[in-house]
Amino acid sequence: MSKSKFFDVFLVSGFFIFLFVSLITDFSPGITIGGNFIDFVKSMLTILPIAFILIGLFEVWVERKTVEKYFGDASGIRGYIWAIILSSTTVGGAYVAFPVAHALYKKGAKLSIILTYIGSSALTRIPMTIFEASFLGLKFSVIRLLVSIPLVILSSVFIGRLFKNKIRD
Amino acid sequence: MYFLYIFALFIILLSFFKSKEKTYKGFKVAWKKFKNILPSFAKMLIAVSIVLYLVPENIISKYLGGSSIVGGTFLGSFFGSITILPGFVAFPLSSVLIDKGVSYTAVASFTTTLMLVGIITFPIEKDYFGWKLSITRNIISYVICIIISVVIGIFYGEIVI
Repeated sequence: MSKSKFFDVFLVSGFFIFLFVSLITDFSPGITIGGNFIDFVKSMLTILPIAFILIGLFEVWVERKTVEKYFGDASGIRGYIWAIILSSTTVGGAYVAFPVAHALYKKGAKLSIILTYIGSSALTRIPMTIFEASFLGLKFSVIRLLVSIPLVILSSVFIGRLFKNKIRD
Repeated sequence: MYFLYIFALFIILLSFFKSKEKTYKGFKVAWKKFKNILPSFAKMLIAVSIVLYLVPENIISKYLGGSSIVGGTFLGSFFGSITILPGFVAFPLSSVLIDKGVSYTAVASFTTTLMLVGIITFPIEKDYFGWKLSITRNIISYVICIIISVVIGIFYGEIVI
């Protein structure tokens, strides 16, 4: 067992022991933390298994050529547009966007397009934006989208150049 | 949400009819990938549940409510960066903050960093894209969030230039 793996096991089991002890001693911070933990595990379990199955099927079915065509070096400006469209339909959050982005990247998508996908999946998810507009007003959401999308693309191009060929698989 | 399930079911059935073997292989790939990232997910979930205990909604609302526009913006971006909140919690909270007199600028810095900057999701991001890229992306994202907040502030007349 490697050092970091040992640390992981130690951390996770320590956490569960803490929750268990909190439960039998009625230690309220521990119980609140346990409740938070269960809430988050539940919400992730509704999305993650499906997201990973879709990623798995993507890996076996979709050809590298196709990904390269839409998201690769030669895709040009359209690649960014596709990335934003794809991201607006992403469910969950960053924790779903990262594995999806990585799967695309491994199939030949360009780094700057992948970064645009990650950034805009945080910012443009349609259900989230509708929710935002209904609580903070349409004006707020429109300004936020119009300012953030160009900035995300620009910064993605910049980071993409900075890290060209430096990313591990 | 239901759309996702229906969509996934459709894809799985389609894949199954086209090739059983490939579908099984896809499931295997899915499981392997899931297993590899599981330790980082576990760490993230532990971190989220502790951070949300330490920084509950009423703390966010208390501190943001009592600060100036500059202080509020930085504090908002701090809370937004260290926590993750689902939209159905974050936006109602934001509208409560607005009603309490917190500036749109500060609320924008809170909601945008919540979306774009992820200290808690960092273990996952780093597993996929490495330390350097993840740190760079988060720092640049933070700057973007501050720019968005300032523009919001200008449009809402809170920042006068």
